[in-house]
Amino acid sequence: MSVSDGPHMSILSEVDRLRRIPLFAQIDTSKLKLLAFTSERLAFEKGAVLFKQGDRGDSAYLILEGSVDVVVDSANGPVTVAHLGQNAFVGEMSLLCDMPRTAAIVATAPLDTLKIKKEQFFQLLRDMPQMALEILRELAERLNNTNKELSSAYAKLRSAGIE
Amino acid sequence: MAGESSLYRYIWRHSRSEQLTVLAVALAAQPIYFLSLTLPKLIVNGAISDNDYWAAHATRNFLHLIVDIPQSLQAWLGKQWVILSGFDLARESYLLALCISFLVLVGFTGFLKFLMNTMKGRMGERLLRRLRYELVDRVLRFPSSQLRRAKQAEIASMVKDEVEPLGGFIGDAVVWPVFLAGQALTALTFILVQNVWLGLVAGGVVAAQAMIIPRLRRPILKLGKQRQLTARQLAGRVGEIVDGGADIRVHGTSNWERAEIVRRLAKIYDIRFDIYQRKYFVKSLNNFIAQMTPFVFYLIGGYLAIKGKMDVGQLLAVIVAYKDLPGPIKELIDWDLARQDVQIKYDQVMDQFHPDDMVPPELQAPLDEVPELSGDVELKNVTAVDDAGFTLLDDVELKIALDQSTAITGGAGCGKEALGLLFARAVTVKSGSVKLGSVDLSQASDAFFGRRIAYAGPDGYFFPLTLRENLLYGLKYKPGALPKNCDHAAIDRYVAEARRAGNPDFLTDVDWLDYEALGARTPAEITDRIAEILDVVGLEYDVYQFGLQSRLDPKANPAAAERVVEARHALRARLQAENLSSLVESFDPGVYNRNASLAENLLFGASLDPELQASALPHLPHFRRVVAEEGLEGELVAMGLSIAETMIELFRDFPPDHPFFEEFSFIPAAELPAYQAIVKRAKTGGATYADRSQLSILPLRYVEARHRLGLITPQIRERLLAARRTFADTLPDDLRPRIEFYSPDHYNAAANLQDNILFGRISYGIAEAGTRVNAVMRDVLDRLDVRDVIIDAGLAYGAGAAGKRLTPAQRQKLGLARALIKNADFLVLNSVVSGLDDQQKSDIVDRVLAYRRGRGTVWVLTKDDLAPRFDRVVTFDHGRVVGDRTREAGARVAAQ
Repeated sequence: MSVSDGPHMSILSEVDRLRRIPLFAQIDTSKLKLLAFTSERLAFEKGAVLFKQGDRGDSAYLILEGSVDVVVDSANGPVTVAHLGQNAFVGEMSLLCDMPRTAAIVATAPLDTLKIKKEQFFQLLRDMPQMALEILRELAERLNNTNKELSSAYAKLRSAGIE
Repeated sequence: MAGESSLYRYIWRHSRSEQLTVLAVALAAQPIYFLSLTLPKLIVNGAISDNDYWAAHATRNFLHLIVDIPQSLQAWLGKQWVILSGFDLARESYLLALCISFLVLVGFTGFLKFLMNTMKGRMGERLLRRLRYELVDRVLRFPSSQLRRAKQAEIASMVKDEVEPLGGFIGDAVVWPVFLAGQALTALTFILVQNVWLGLVAGGVVAAQAMIIPRLRRPILKLGKQRQLTARQLAGRVGEIVDGGADIRVHGTSNWERAEIVRRLAKIYDIRFDIYQRKYFVKSLNNFIAQMTPFVFYLIGGYLAIKGKMDVGQLLAVIVAYKDLPGPIKELIDWDLARQDVQIKYDQVMDQFHPDDMVPPELQAPLDEVPELSGDVELKNVTAVDDAGFTLLDDVELKIALDQSTAITGGAGCGKEALGLLFARAVTVKSGSVKLGSVDLSQASDAFFGRRIAYAGPDGYFFPLTLRENLLYGLKYKPGALPKNCDHAAIDRYVAEARRAGNPDFLTDVDWLDYEALGARTPAEITDRIAEILDVVGLEYDVYQFGLQSRLDPKANPAAAERVVEARHALRARLQAENLSSLVESFDPGVYNRNASLAENLLFGASLDPELQASALPHLPHFRRVVAEEGLEGELVAMGLSIAETMIELFRDFPPDHPFFEEFSFIPAAELPAYQAIVKRAKTGGATYADRSQLSILPLRYVEARHRLGLITPQIRERLLAARRTFADTLPDDLRPRIEFYSPDHYNAAANLQDNILFGRISYGIAEAGTRVNAVMRDVLDRLDVRDVIIDAGLAYGAGAAGKRLTPAQRQKLGLARALIKNADFLVLNSVVSGLDDQQKSDIVDRVLAYRRGRGTVWVLTKDDLAPRFDRVVTFDHGRVVGDRTREAGARVAAQ
């Protein structure tokens, strides 16, 4: 699917893609449909900046088509720390908490995205407790993973004798 | 009017000659009126029924006019007066002559009556016009403290309503009392002549009436005064409710306002009721006293007649004469009441229009030559106070040069605003002097102020005119010359009548603009000049946006319309060249526009008619006809069903007041259950006609690119395009002139400028599409020189009542622009951009200072941070100057 015929895709296919995001994996189809319907389909050209590091975040993007670079400012100028493609979900932390963007996102190919706005996302969570629960479960899982990674990192450090 | 305490003196002074003319006409009409009353008797008695006479004579004398003198007066006046000796006529001719005379007399009396009434009406209206003008003139000359206190609704109610009864009274001010008094005196004299004693009794009763009735009426007049005041205050309160409407809603205090109004209405009712009671009591008493006289006549006269001391015929004559007396007396008393009533109204109104310290009229006279403002502006020991007497400026000594910029700074309440207001003449100078060059501020004429000094404060007032008229408002201080091709006779009449009513002879249809100060003359130059000022104050973008949203009449401005179409083509070429065509989906008669709604696609045109808007399409019979003809109904219902199902699925779990309904749903929360039932019926094949029509409405708002429900398949697209063509081709004749279809090469008069230039819809779903298209569009318009068309259209935007259609920031900028465009020698800006953000403020200060370089500009700053941009900074504290340094000194301090 190319960018030019992207907009022909209906919200049904958007729902399909949303389902592949772990954060939304457990959520009802009808709720995902609502999320898609209240979100904006947005295309970017190659080279376009979705958002800059330090911006106040107000939305997250689901990459439907194309690819992006995650770029972080460093002492030696911008550094690309990751390269993401189809089905990546970028900027999602800003949906849940008020913090500046931790990295910039730059399109490396013509991009088709679904822009999910914080406002709508919050409205959904407020009125759909089961959805909030799913998100909570997903976050707890992430935390658990992070904890595991952290303790294994500690263990590695300890075994390497650097503490 | 000044010092004219009595209404009568005022009326007499300004309408003396007219009053006397009316009186003369009224007197002249009397004998004719009398004749027209006596003629019918003559026709019957003389021509028709007097058979005895005609048996004896062949002719009768016609127009033999004699006046018989009553017996009692014959001693002085003779037996009869012969006015015309007349001529002899046969019986039929005599009848004809009498009848024609009757007709002529009736016509003539009618004509005189008409003449008199017109004269009276005109006289009243002229005087009312004079009075109203003088009142408004006084408002224009109110000192600023009085203007702050005055309630506009009360003033308006006085000028419009309270003086209105005066107009009706003025016409009768002299004629009516003279007339009534004459009638009453005649009747009284007649009675006196018949019998002195009875005459004295009648006279005594009249005298008693004249003594008692006015006395009883005095409290009524006092109540009337109260009623007038209460009604005026009610008008003031209603004005407040309108002005404060938004705040009343914010605070939820509408019921307090209701209570307040009810209290006032109750008071008016009580006063009114009291008035009625007293009024009708006095009325019946008056009637009773009037009836006392016949009682006395019958009793005493009867007694005298019985005793044989008085002739019965004489008594009857007296009683008959008496019936003419009470009428005029009663009317006279009523008239006197009306007189006192309007006198009170006049006094009450005048009271409000005599504040102290009014601006002398000569300071407001238009001047042909306004003296230059040269030298310095100098404050010497100036102490100024506010209305409450608080000291705002305390012994200020300050010299301001007219070739540099001066910032006035200081903390809140330091007196800096008062310094600005000094030049708006809005604070009272208690001692000391302010010199504007060689002119003293207190002696400066309005013409001098208007031309040489410009002032803008943070909350300027704007008139409900266009932006252009508001902007140029400050340049209208002197009437210009008459246009060449005007109707001179009409103007002469207008001026003569104005002068007659004591109004000035200014005309509004001459050009009042001061082109010299504006520095522009042709319309194009003026627009350029305005655009320049708009740039300086940062209002250009707003006006440009207003312009894009407004419509242009291609008939009035064909060249501009042509340029807009040119710009449309150029924009499309540019977007293509820059590979941005996908940002705008153009209106193409042969292509379905995915970024427009289904209804817009069918209508494919613009209209100023509310019936022919895309949103009104379901109610348009022609639309339904086209749908039926094209067999589209099934498709629309199917699409509607699909939309309804989706909406129900998405929104059924939300509470009805959820913002999602408003923002996203095709179906309002309240209708969701009904649609649920409709869908259920449709699914089971039991949809009614009403169900189908409810469903077929839904897709009309559907925009494929935005809503992404995938409803517009290629087949449906073709069907809709066919329907679009049918809609246009079969359009009934009555609709044809009311809609304009989109045509790539024609200006669409019903669409706004933006739609005409863009000629399409900005695509949904492409990042930054709107911003990018706007940037390209602006550039294209600049290159093609079409921007002035847009700015011109934007300047025609109405500011609304008190500028309410503008944002506070726009109002402040407009106020600044209005002062700036006057090119005054001395510009005073008082916290003028306080409502803007820091970046805008600093940009505007820089641009204004650059624009005013080398000319006197004083800027009272809300914050100190912009002060270093000025040539000089004066700091105030507690109403005194506590710091004063020039840029060089400031730079030195910074360097150290």
